Amino acid sequence: MLSIILALFLGILILVLAVMAVQNKNIVVAIIAAGAVSLFASILYLVLAAPDVAMTEAAIGSGLSTIIFFYVLNKIKRQNG
Amino acid sequence: MVKNSFIFLVLIGLAAILLNLFAGFNGSTELGTIAAHYASKGIEEVGSANLVTSVVVSYRGLDTLGEVTILFLSAAIIGFFLKVDNTDNKNRQLKYTSEILNTASQVLVPIMLLFGAYVFINGHLSPGGGFQGGAIIASGLVLMFIAQPKKEMGHKMINIVESVSGVSFVLLGVAGILFASGFLDNKILSLGKFGTLFSAGIIPIIYILVGLKVGSELTGIALSLKENQNEA
Repeated sequence: MLSIILALFLGILILVLAVMAVQNKNIVVAIIAAGAVSLFASILYLVLAAPDVAMTEAAIGSGLSTIIFFYVLNKIKRQNG
Repeated sequence: MVKNSFIFLVLIGLAAILLNLFAGFNGSTELGTIAAHYASKGIEEVGSANLVTSVVVSYRGLDTLGEVTILFLSAAIIGFFLKVDNTDNKNRQLKYTSEILNTASQVLVPIMLLFGAYVFINGHLSPGGGFQGGAIIASGLVLMFIAQPKKEMGHKMINIVESVSGVSFVLLGVAGILFASGFLDNKILSLGKFGTLFSAGIIPIIYILVGLKVGSELTGIALSLKENQNEA
């Protein structure tokens, strides 16, 4: 029962952060929100007893891809002005 | 306004389709035939304490090879398009990295590299495996890139590690045809004692190779992007 409540809470949090990532005008905030979606998704996978997937999601989704987005953002900013 | 209402209609349509699926789903209480075979015979056939690993590396090893190939292709394409000539990146202005990031990276990077190696060496015993370990190692190295942007790191070493581990992975698979019952069969080495580090035949070796390959590929992608920041 407790894990279902936790899973529901994490699911709602992920939805809120995902909407924030799409709607926010500030790109830095949007990238961080997208990274946080992955971070909470990895906790959700752990709650749902899939530690393998959780590890991949935490390392790639919230670690590497966020950094890659920031590198690309930096590059685009330099080219545009 | 018309566009927004169109999006709204599409969303309602998607919700109707998914609601159908959701209503029709009532969970299965027992495993299917193949899954039941993997779950019941996996331990004696493969000898890996982590059943996910026995499916990923042994029963469905070909899929893992395909995944690694796709990752290799994407890393190669990114490296191809982001190639920079290192002529005038000496005079670029670097932002000052904060003391906290610098100190934390010195503590964390060795631990992250060690943990990544632990995850892929113990892939057949504990959760995780080559892909996860490689991703953790790549995250550690990327943290190092961020904390010390002045430090140069060559692509040569990364490329050598990646190529050697990829070729050895395929050669081990072919050795499975010659010395055991099929491509990527893990019984080339003896299965060993269940639950120890040197068990499950060839799985630890394959996972070390996959970990090195994935780690070097992801590090290569991040390194290409980092070097591309040099262009004014």
